[in-house]
Amino acid sequence: MRLDRSGGDVAPSLSFTFDGETVRARKGETVAAALLANDIRLVGRSFKYHRPRGIWSAGPEEPNALITLGRGAAQTPNQRATVQEVYEGLEVSSQNRWPSLKTDLLSVNDLAAPFLGAGFYYKTFMWPRAFWERVYEPVIRRAAGLGALSGAPDQEPYEKAYAHCDLLVIGSGPSGLMAALVAARAGSDVIVAEQDHALGGRLLAEVEEIDGAPAADWVAAAVAELEAAPNVRVMSRTTVTGVYDQGTYGAIERTAMHVADPGAAPRQTFWRIVAKASILASGAIERGIAFANNDRPGVMAAGAVRAYANRWGVSPGKSVTVFANNDDAHRTARDLAAAGVTVAAVIDPRADAQAIGDYPLFSGAQVTGTTGRLGLTDITIRDASGKDQSVWTDCLAVSGGWNPSVHLTCHMNGRPVWNEDLAAFVPAPDAVPGLFPAGSADGAQSTADCLRTGAEAAIAALEALGQTTEAPALPKAENGFTGHTPFWLVPGKKRAWLDMANDVTVKDVKLAAQENFASVEHMKRYTTQGMAPDQGKNSNVAALAILADATGRTIPQTGTTTFRPPFAPVPLSAMGAGARGKGFAPERFTTSHTATEDLGAPFVEAGLWYRPSYYPRAGETTWRQSCDREVQMVRNAVGVADVSTLGKIDIQGPDAAALLDFVYTNMFSTLKVGKVRYGLMLREDGHVMDDGTTARLGETHYVMTTTTAAAGQVMQHLDFVLQALRPDWDVRIASATEQWAQFAVAGPKARALLDVVLDGPIDWAAWPFMSCGNIGVAGVPGRLFRISFSGEEGFEVAVPARYGEALYRLLLSQASVLGGGPYGMEALNVLRIEKGFITHSEIHGRVTAFDIGMERMISAKKDCIGKTMAARPGLLDPARERLVGLKPTGAVKELTAGAHLFNMGAEAVRLEDQGYITSVCYSPTLGSFLGLGFLKSGPDRIGETVQMVDHLRGVKTEVEVCNPVFFDPEGGRMRG
Amino acid sequence: MRITCPYCGERDIREFTYRGHALAIARPAPDAGEAAWDDYLHLRDNPAGATQDLWHHGPCGAWVIVDRDTVTHEVAGSKAVAEVKR
Amino acid sequence: MVSLVPKSPCADLLPLAIAETTVSEVVPEAITLVAPFKGKKKTVSDALKAEVGVGFPAPGRMTGKQDARCIWVGPEQALVIGPAVSPDGAAVTDQSDGFAVIQITGPMAANALARLTPIDLRRDHFKPGHTARTLLNHMTCSITRLGAASFEILVFRSMAKTAVHELTEALKLLEGRAKLS
Repeated sequence: MRLDRSGGDVAPSLSFTFDGETVRARKGETVAAALLANDIRLVGRSFKYHRPRGIWSAGPEEPNALITLGRGAAQTPNQRATVQEVYEGLEVSSQNRWPSLKTDLLSVNDLAAPFLGAGFYYKTFMWPRAFWERVYEPVIRRAAGLGALSGAPDQEPYEKAYAHCDLLVIGSGPSGLMAALVAARAGSDVIVAEQDHALGGRLLAEVEEIDGAPAADWVAAAVAELEAAPNVRVMSRTTVTGVYDQGTYGAIERTAMHVADPGAAPRQTFWRIVAKASILASGAIERGIAFANNDRPGVMAAGAVRAYANRWGVSPGKSVTVFANNDDAHRTARDLAAAGVTVAAVIDPRADAQAIGDYPLFSGAQVTGTTGRLGLTDITIRDASGKDQSVWTDCLAVSGGWNPSVHLTCHMNGRPVWNEDLAAFVPAPDAVPGLFPAGSADGAQSTADCLRTGAEAAIAALEALGQTTEAPALPKAENGFTGHTPFWLVPGKKRAWLDMANDVTVKDVKLAAQENFASVEHMKRYTTQGMAPDQGKNSNVAALAILADATGRTIPQTGTTTFRPPFAPVPLSAMGAGARGKGFAPERFTTSHTATEDLGAPFVEAGLWYRPSYYPRAGETTWRQSCDREVQMVRNAVGVADVSTLGKIDIQGPDAAALLDFVYTNMFSTLKVGKVRYGLMLREDGHVMDDGTTARLGETHYVMTTTTAAAGQVMQHLDFVLQALRPDWDVRIASATEQWAQFAVAGPKARALLDVVLDGPIDWAAWPFMSCGNIGVAGVPGRLFRISFSGEEGFEVAVPARYGEALYRLLLSQASVLGGGPYGMEALNVLRIEKGFITHSEIHGRVTAFDIGMERMISAKKDCIGKTMAARPGLLDPARERLVGLKPTGAVKELTAGAHLFNMGAEAVRLEDQGYITSVCYSPTLGSFLGLGFLKSGPDRIGETVQMVDHLRGVKTEVEVCNPVFFDPEGGRMRG
Repeated sequence: MRITCPYCGERDIREFTYRGHALAIARPAPDAGEAAWDDYLHLRDNPAGATQDLWHHGPCGAWVIVDRDTVTHEVAGSKAVAEVKR
Repeated sequence: MVSLVPKSPCADLLPLAIAETTVSEVVPEAITLVAPFKGKKKTVSDALKAEVGVGFPAPGRMTGKQDARCIWVGPEQALVIGPAVSPDGAAVTDQSDGFAVIQITGPMAANALARLTPIDLRRDHFKPGHTARTLLNHMTCSITRLGAASFEILVFRSMAKTAVHELTEALKLLEGRAKLS
């Protein structure tokens, strides 16, 4: 209910829906606050038993009140009602119930609870094995669960971003604000990250004074100072989720989750923050007490109950009771009573507990049970004398003390340390380099201590950054409410909940111990305690205390489980923001791309590049028709293909030739200026890395060509050779791939086409096979290389890329006059297979120069990368799988790439494997399928027939082993 | 993780690619023998503690030797391969 | 005789403006990669000063101004953007057509880049005249700060469309964020 407070409370001005019912709310409220204001206590069903559950907390640790926002593709499940801010029109749905929240048929699970304890799944669903996937999995999935995704792609925008600072302050309660103020005044570059929309932390939820004025006034002044400081960046609605090496922090910002119309704004932003140091001022999380039926809607954390009252003017109940082992929780009774709410009883197990206000106190007493099917109606109090009495209450505020939020200190393998005085884990010293814990995250108990340790942590952090700062005058603040005595559970037979998010009870933990899952890590997995969305934030320490007790150990002896990132859920859509669609990977386009699109060519990806597959013409209905035509066009007239995607590396310097001799197997120092040579490059382990042609443009100037796929790898390799192996050489290398648009012009009419395009007249006798040089191309300075990857007389003509599109269009228009035109990757592939030229289909990383019949290219006159290891006997065994050509001779006249080869009559099984096919094509030139592949002792078996079996596609035929050069083996056509 | 490129300064790990232990810069002579080559190419320690890695800073092209601790993830320092081999 | 019509890398893509921030293409007279040979850095630097008035830059720095500038792009490598140069003592490679040169200027410029590049762009750490080889999302690039709210980005020519896409998306999200109440 809403409290009638004097002051600034405004009437509810907006409405949202909860399971279709309209709820009135105030701006700035969370869904939880608004639901409680409207006396809605039942908000969800539990994970396993479908028990009715309500709101437990007032923060991101909430175990119960998980909700789904919105509908359709953008529906967002498993959001915390205690975090989500209301806005006009917000649609909220409860989760894990059917058909409705109040009548959930699966709550029959609760009746079966005696059979569903810890280890139930492991014990029950073992057999029959066939039931695992088809019966157990779907049934369990339906019965136990949380919110569901829509199944449709979420098109909402998300964002990721980087930020840098000297000091990252995590949290903005009294210690965080104080730390930020000290660092800001010292001129440090500060980021303050606060998960709430408002800064202030617990100070927003408490009735106390700082420097004689309401704490809220001090918060407002501090926030104003920070926001005005140019060296401070305040990031609200931003939860730091992970700590990573060298001061990198992950954070999730709920950028536009709080507005009705976010427009183009990102819904959430994933931040990577790099900080030289950080202050962990993440506060503490209140823990419960385990007692019978302590999970009913209306049973809440004591600090949360007064947060709703003090911050939002909402009382979670009309008649509130408090069950706590500490002085701090008495503030809940005091504050609610002061707000005019009935406080029916405060039950404190400590015999010496003192009341701090006008409320009935039961000291030395315990709560032994609760009633109320869909929400709390009564509690049973066993007083100090052992007498039971029932008290009507619709809200029981529970506190078993506070656990410092040490989670981030564990992300780099730090283990928190048990502090006996506090009965809590505190951060281990130096758990994270450069991270300084402060305030209640470090065990501080009062506002005064929080302010002091916040300042101290900031001074220490600045000192670590080499900056000396004087201690500031500390504001005067609250220093009481620190008394407490550990109290974990009320003994009893009924179920007492520890982990409400995963339905784990005290009995489950004891069962785990009894069945010898006594290590904390085993207990966690056996009971699933701590494995729910709250990741044990509410239950870990209590479960540990009970495990310790059940196994006769102390808590520090029992140890803790590991907290891993993220501290709060991070949507994958935020982590992967910008990587959808066009953002997935860069697209590299050649200068001929638009002209190629104009011709209707489909594209194929080659690494990041987009290359034309084939150029369909009117009447052609399959790619093969276009491909066959293009092949014949090159063989009979002239074809044009964009080859700009091949890597080009400019190599200059006195030792350029030495470098090439070292990275290639063959000699390049002997290459004459104006000539081109094919080169083979090995890895140091003797296997082929890449191949390509290299041209000598000048005495100390070469241009190396790499394959499209290996361009980056070769560049990195050359960097390595020059920096790590031969830094004595004076060579400079540079990628020139992007500078040049380069087109292959191939076919019997190639010269005729070039005669029209090149600045002439050209003396073709001066351009023999494998020559190169500068040449004018339609008035532009370009380069010409006489090389061939098709087996025809071929050239590659290059111009600066700005002229690429114009030259391409010119070449095509002139080629059409000669009966030629463009050819795509499919035809290019057929042309090269007909000639037995290899690509990375063949040099796939496991083949040697010997395997492809190029062992004689490893020059005996010099060392080169890979030479020593290529000489290993095992790599020169004639029985190795070696390159051959293949032609189908069986009934099936088809070859498939990836098929395996077997001897005739042998069974087509792995042990009989003789090799495999790497490339196939239909050759219109030879009227047959052709293949390249690797066959044991291949070159020694020319003429033999073997079986081809493609197990995957179910194709089988007989093939003849032949020379891999199918067409024009003498090479007369390309020499011209 | 962050690595200092000797030329560009401290950078995010996503700018780097990894290439194993730094002993890859000590290429044996061609006639050093099978054992030396086997060691160079294949045999690596797997230390729990200090190690030296090779990283390539892709954007600028520098090969970098990084002194790193595999247990604490501390990066003690880095230097340019080209400077080490000079 | 036909003549070839040149086309710049971002010809169909830029300029564009989102809110007050503009993204535009610069087409310099020439871009020349200058890589001094061993022991020749001083000679080359002097030669460049004589040719176009800018010296060879230190790592991470730009020398010169808009009409002729020299930006560091790697160990012993710098790009001269402006008139073509050919200093003795260096490997000289014409890269005039190799890069898309994109300038982003305006109040959202730095924040847009902070969505795409992991480097520290804070004004005190990355000042006008500072340059970095880094990433623009998945692409390698060169980023130079020209002014308080103005940056120059070089990406490979073939990736111009992706670069413009990335900048546009970042700016649209920032514009959306600015409109949140």
